[in-house]
Amino acid sequence: MRNIFLFLRRYFTFICFVVLQLFALWMLFHYNRFHHAVFLGVANEVTGRVNTQVDKLDDYFHQGAENVRVHRMNDSLLNLLKSNFNYADTAQRNVTDSLRQDSTIAIRRYLWRDAKVVYNTVNAEQNYLQLNRGSKYGIKDDMAVLNSDGSVVGVVVNVSPNFSQVMSLLHVQSSVSASHKATGTLGKVEWDGKDPRFVQLKGIPQNVPVKVGDSVMTSRYSYNFPPAHLIGAISEIKSDPSTGFYLLKVKTAANFSAIQQVFVVENLQREEQLQLTKDTEKKMEEQKNKKR
Amino acid sequence: MSDLVRNTLRLIVFLLVQVFVLNKVPFLHQFIVPYLYFLFILWLPFSINRLGLLVIGFFTGLFLDYFMMSPGLHAAACVLVAYARPFVINLLIPKDKDEFNFREPSPRAMGWAPYSVYVLVLTLLHHFYLTLLEWLQFGTFLQFLIKVAGTTGISLLLIFTTELLFPRKVKFRTNAA
Repeated sequence: MRNIFLFLRRYFTFICFVVLQLFALWMLFHYNRFHHAVFLGVANEVTGRVNTQVDKLDDYFHQGAENVRVHRMNDSLLNLLKSNFNYADTAQRNVTDSLRQDSTIAIRRYLWRDAKVVYNTVNAEQNYLQLNRGSKYGIKDDMAVLNSDGSVVGVVVNVSPNFSQVMSLLHVQSSVSASHKATGTLGKVEWDGKDPRFVQLKGIPQNVPVKVGDSVMTSRYSYNFPPAHLIGAISEIKSDPSTGFYLLKVKTAANFSAIQQVFVVENLQREEQLQLTKDTEKKMEEQKNKKR
Repeated sequence: MSDLVRNTLRLIVFLLVQVFVLNKVPFLHQFIVPYLYFLFILWLPFSINRLGLLVIGFFTGLFLDYFMMSPGLHAAACVLVAYARPFVINLLIPKDKDEFNFREPSPRAMGWAPYSVYVLVLTLLHHFYLTLLEWLQFGTFLQFLIKVAGTTGISLLLIFTTELLFPRKVKFRTNAA
């Protein structure tokens, strides 16, 4: 017994070092985007406050570009107004209500909320953004985040009452369902951690005609993202002879180092879709067992 | 200013500079990530005991981690640096402890050559461990080696610039303090 105490006293610092080291590693490997990190809720509130203050200053440097984006967005929406169109024959006029009100919530699929980016990096391999809206404002995990001009930014991975963390498209674990606009072929967009201006589009077979400059959009089948929002434009085409798929380099539509105002988009039918998928799998499994 | 106040202010300044200046530097290259915050641990007074160093190191890393959303990553690297620091210092300062009565590591206290070795060894250790942990989750071996070299180079540049821009007054340990 005495020897144990002597041992502990002799190597006390080393034992402390090992304990702290193991604790740090446990936190590191315990955390991934599906689990909430240790103490992150509290820490998020604190870092959020600090980031908000610094961001107030930082805003002035991006105001011009932001204004242009918002003005373009407004322009595209104004062009959709009904008053822009003339109807040749008033007797056959077919009026459709272009704006959905909340009373039609039964068929509303996507709900958009505004938010402001208070912290953002592009230099790391795992980049996150912090937004100034949290669960109090209705933000939940897995909501899509779009830039002020509608281009893809990322997915919400963690929320605290007043702030939320977003996994940027520039995150080596990020994977977004995408489609090649000209042909509608589906693939997925990932990032290799190298250059923050480019992401990779994978899973497009080589028999599809692809040109430099083609648009890459979010797909219709994504559970998070609303369809047909711009991810970027193809800038380089290589073919991978071993798989029969293209290796496509895509220039992102959003400039990730100057993101200011964003939209957080909720898919109101997400739960239902996921439930259906799960139920289907269960049903198929049961039928398979019945046959035997 | 007492040691406690000075070092608390230093910690805040180092973290703010790291989070809001160095992390936001426009993208240069995949292998170049400017790190400076761990200089705080290198600048801590000689008089802190080894256990204290470990705890301070852990929390320094943890604070940065919560800003960067990587809980544990920098904390692990900082604990390692804090643990290795006394060994490196013991090798580099004069054996005769009575004549050596400076308060904290600095080029003037230790001399430029030993101080450079001290900074080089601990910086390399920090980046090696940090990049190793990142590499376990992502990347290739060659990328790992180049990244260690690249980040160490840029960190050394930053550290020596800091030393030249902000020369600290040589403070002596006195009985009155």
